[in-house]
Amino acid sequence: MTKPRFPQRESICVPCRLAAIGAVVLGLAGGLAYVAGWLTPARLTPPRIIDTFEANAGPHPGYRRNHAKGICVAGYFDSNGNGAMLSSAKVFAPGRTPVIGRFAIPGSNPSAPDTSVPIRSMALMFQLRDGEQWRTGMNSTPLFAVRTPGQFYQQLVAAAPDPATGKPNPAKLKAFYAANPETKPLQDWVKGHPPSSSLANAAYYSINAFRFIDGVGNNRAVRWAVAPETPYAPITDAEKNDKNFLQADLTKRLQAGPLRWHLILTVAAPSDPTDDATMQWPDDRQHIDAGTLVINRDTSQDDGACRDVNFDPTILPSGIKPSNDPLLAARSAAYALSFKRRTREEALHPDIHHPQPNGAPS
Amino acid sequence: MTRSHEHFSFLARLLHWTMAPLILAMLFIGVGMVATVSQAHSTLIAIHKPLGIALLALVVLRACVRFRRGTPPLPDDMPAPQQVVAKLSHLALYALMTAMPLIGWAMLSAAGYPVTLFGALHLPPILPQDVRLYALLRALHTWLAFALFVTVLMHLAAALVHGLIRRDGVFSSMARGPR
Repeated sequence: MTKPRFPQRESICVPCRLAAIGAVVLGLAGGLAYVAGWLTPARLTPPRIIDTFEANAGPHPGYRRNHAKGICVAGYFDSNGNGAMLSSAKVFAPGRTPVIGRFAIPGSNPSAPDTSVPIRSMALMFQLRDGEQWRTGMNSTPLFAVRTPGQFYQQLVAAAPDPATGKPNPAKLKAFYAANPETKPLQDWVKGHPPSSSLANAAYYSINAFRFIDGVGNNRAVRWAVAPETPYAPITDAEKNDKNFLQADLTKRLQAGPLRWHLILTVAAPSDPTDDATMQWPDDRQHIDAGTLVINRDTSQDDGACRDVNFDPTILPSGIKPSNDPLLAARSAAYALSFKRRTREEALHPDIHHPQPNGAPS
Repeated sequence: MTRSHEHFSFLARLLHWTMAPLILAMLFIGVGMVATVSQAHSTLIAIHKPLGIALLALVVLRACVRFRRGTPPLPDDMPAPQQVVAKLSHLALYALMTAMPLIGWAMLSAAGYPVTLFGALHLPPILPQDVRLYALLRALHTWLAFALFVTVLMHLAAALVHGLIRRDGVFSSMARGPR
């Protein structure tokens, strides 16, 4: 029973076999390069979006690449239990959930004037008792400017500052809006709704639709908004001339007492679009007041708890899922890269958020 | 020496051939999910996290199997330096297979993200929130992923050289059981 250890070697074409092995290895390496986007420079990737933000606004190391100017806040959400009819998420059971939040204005420059855009944002992170989280980034407009990530990128490119003026070229922006009529509803809405006089008296909207899954598995499309208890008042002329009125106003109001919003869940009808953030749902849809958001303190974003939070709107508790809105994945991907870059800058330059005694940023 | 010692055990082979495609898939998923703004981003992330944790469990089991049963001997006619390289490459593979999911878990912890698996099921953080630590681990996760990919490619190339050119039984020791 002494068989030879290996079958007798027939003659083989060694170069052919080596070439085949090389082809397998190169094929895998090439496949990875393709997936990484290295072979397709035209693909819209997170780096292309974030690089464009950086190119448009110049470097602002340590800050978010968009909504760079902001204020950290904190408080809690008191659920009244009504939301549980739409979603099994524990945040909607009656009770209190701590919240870390952030008010901001769109744009990449952390020292831009508050009036540079007619839109503000509120981001929230609900910290559920069992370790789950619900993160959301909301705008003070119920609509978004564009429907797709590609349009968002084109808009950024169109808004690039003209080297001659340092400002976006109005002709390029006009051409973009003309080529993308989906942008009109937001422009019309903004014309009819002057910004509020404060961060405290504005409503903030989820921008995108989400899927709410209830305890027995029913799945509904939902948008949410937080509606302020503080009555709306339009921005005053004095405020229009003040570059930094929002933070001072918020601090003053919080010194007088907590600020409250109602979390309103809006349920779509089957015909309502869930993949188009440029379209509002009709007003007669079912609205559910799920409870009260209470904001009771604010901190500078240089050292507040919100600084290190990426308000990725796809971080959701069980019972809420992203919809088919194409903006959601793009927001998640782009926010992640912004977070990666700014935390790297923080790690490499630990004093980045603490100006030196001479006043110059370190 | 009996013939059975010339082959990896059934359990070792099962673990190897289960993990090999999954690890390659993880590398492609990881690279792909940060290179797209399409809905594939969300889908791939939802696969990447639980699959990474599953691979962590599998590599722990596999290390135990490897530690207890060892490996079939390499052919006598294989030069000693080559044998050293073979053993070091296996060590590198085990180190990277273990490090990658642990770093992934640690970096999500340091960023303050919930480490979600399925539905409400999630893992506890293994580090306190510290974004500077996150920045370091996030960079490490990328660089070690490429190191793992290169090591896997070299492993694959070496295995194919053994199987197709040297035909010395090294490839079949993992490819099949004793006949």
